[in-house]
Amino acid sequence: MESPYRDTFKIWGYRFGSGEKSLAVVGAMRGDEVCQQFACASLVSRLERMERKGSLTEGHEILVIPSANPFSMNIEKRFWALDGTDINRMFPGYEYGETTQRIASGLFEAIKDYKYGIQMASSYMPGEFIPHVRILKTGFEDVDTAKLFGLPYVSVRTPKPFDTTTLNYNWQIWSSKAYSIYGGLNGDVSKESNRSIVDTLLRFIHRAGLSDTASYSSKLSYDTIVLKDCDLVKVKAPSAGIFQKLVRAGDEVCEGQVIALLIDPYEGKVETEVKSPCEGVVFYAVDKPLTLQNSPLFEIREYGEDISF
Amino acid sequence: MIKTIFETSLPVGEQFSIKKNIIRHGTGKKRVCIVSGTHGDELEGQFICFQFQKEILEELDRLDGTIEVYPGLNPMGIDSISRGIPNFDLDMNRIFPGDVEGTMAEQAAAAIVKDLKGADMVIDIHSSNIFLREVPQVRISEETAEILVPWAKHLNTDFIWVHSAATVLESTLAHSLNSCGTPTLVVELGVGMRINHYYGKKMVIGLKNLIHEMGMWKGDIDKSQITNPIISVGNQVSFVNAPASGIFSTETHNERIVEEGESLGMIISPLTGEVIEDIKAPCRGYLFTIRAYPVCYEGSLLARIHRI
Repeated sequence: MESPYRDTFKIWGYRFGSGEKSLAVVGAMRGDEVCQQFACASLVSRLERMERKGSLTEGHEILVIPSANPFSMNIEKRFWALDGTDINRMFPGYEYGETTQRIASGLFEAIKDYKYGIQMASSYMPGEFIPHVRILKTGFEDVDTAKLFGLPYVSVRTPKPFDTTTLNYNWQIWSSKAYSIYGGLNGDVSKESNRSIVDTLLRFIHRAGLSDTASYSSKLSYDTIVLKDCDLVKVKAPSAGIFQKLVRAGDEVCEGQVIALLIDPYEGKVETEVKSPCEGVVFYAVDKPLTLQNSPLFEIREYGEDISF
Repeated sequence: MIKTIFETSLPVGEQFSIKKNIIRHGTGKKRVCIVSGTHGDELEGQFICFQFQKEILEELDRLDGTIEVYPGLNPMGIDSISRGIPNFDLDMNRIFPGDVEGTMAEQAAAAIVKDLKGADMVIDIHSSNIFLREVPQVRISEETAEILVPWAKHLNTDFIWVHSAATVLESTLAHSLNSCGTPTLVVELGVGMRINHYYGKKMVIGLKNLIHEMGMWKGDIDKSQITNPIISVGNQVSFVNAPASGIFSTETHNERIVEEGESLGMIISPLTGEVIEDIKAPCRGYLFTIRAYPVCYEGSLLARIHRI
């Protein structure tokens, strides 16, 4: 697509192997999803090597799209700069519609017929998640294959009306098995974080039968726990102010443990000690220095509940 | 009487609150609510809220019932010239009916629905966005058309658009209220970030006519002033999207009949001096939307025409 004042807008895809359309991976759809783009770029590099060595299973095609939105990333905007719309709220898209509907439509046309679809996602709630696979409960969701990533959790969420225009939801409606991968922070391009995400993707590729050899360096893999909406205990801020976080996503906490301090921004006094309501692991933690009153700060997965493996 | 319907503390010594003004007179039990400012860049409703209340208060003894006015559902958005809620990703009109356990925005949405529920009529006033100029119109989903169109006709708009509803629109304020039995009319007029006084005064006449029809306003209404709207049902609307990117230059205006093939404007290149595309009306009809913001990308909406 031509732009009035900028370079031509392009979405690049990298194809590996040929045959059955087996896997499509989509990286950044928002301009701040650098970690997601980096993971896909690293995956492209790894798959190139694997293809050269002949370790991809014959008869399968893998498509990787590191960025669906380079225009926003280049000017450090999260959404489409002209009208503030979110490409991930435009699916399945409309080829005769508005600009981002057309982008979504063009992208979806290229990725909709794959057996598996992976989106490197980020939430509308800014913060840090324990690495997990999220699938929307549409009636078509496939929890078993979501465990192949070997991540600690699979979170099965009931879609809200605004979720019906996301890529994950529409992939499922069009018969693909769709997974959104959450983990780390959007801006984290550290070697360790990148390596663990790429390993997760390569683990799935191997276990789903798309590569002959286990080409991931770390063998660390979990007995995945499946979580429903109600399995997470929400912790909100009783007062507003400076939010000093004492635990991070992935940390274990005891009941009554102080997990954050809410500090008066004028007088420096601790207004509230935020305590964990239960024993468990921090699943989500807000990543902002300030909080409003009653805003969600953490989600904790409580230990000792009935958990399905 | 001013009442706060939702409040919370902001991080640095400031209270966030959503307020309404309640005007009550007589013994009538009916309640009509005027809401606006869900999108912080839509300001037409601000003048309408002012003017409507001013005129009601000037002749308060003619009121029999309760009028409630909520001018700013997204006060921080209006105050910071942002369409959405600052620091929140989702469009406020896509998170209804809200969630008391959710983010501040979702909690606010839940409080708004709770407060409006049970009203005899809610009018949700929008004014397009900065991109499009709209004639005063009421938008109604097909499912609620039977109940709402007769009421919408009293609002003195030029146009009523009955459209099919996408699933995502189930998260609008109007849908949430209509689906729990609180009749809600969505009004669109003008353009974002500006106030059109002519349209505003026309809407105020419409609002007074509506409460008159509901038996809440004993004042005289000059029925000759009330516009008989064009009603668009069953996919009669043609969308004109930009076939190319560039600057959309137009000297035309909406609120009129255009002929098929008539030029609506041009997409031009300031760099080369060329006309990239001449934009022509795809059909004869009533031009109710025209693009106001010149920069356009392929796909940007340029015009909407109700086919005649």
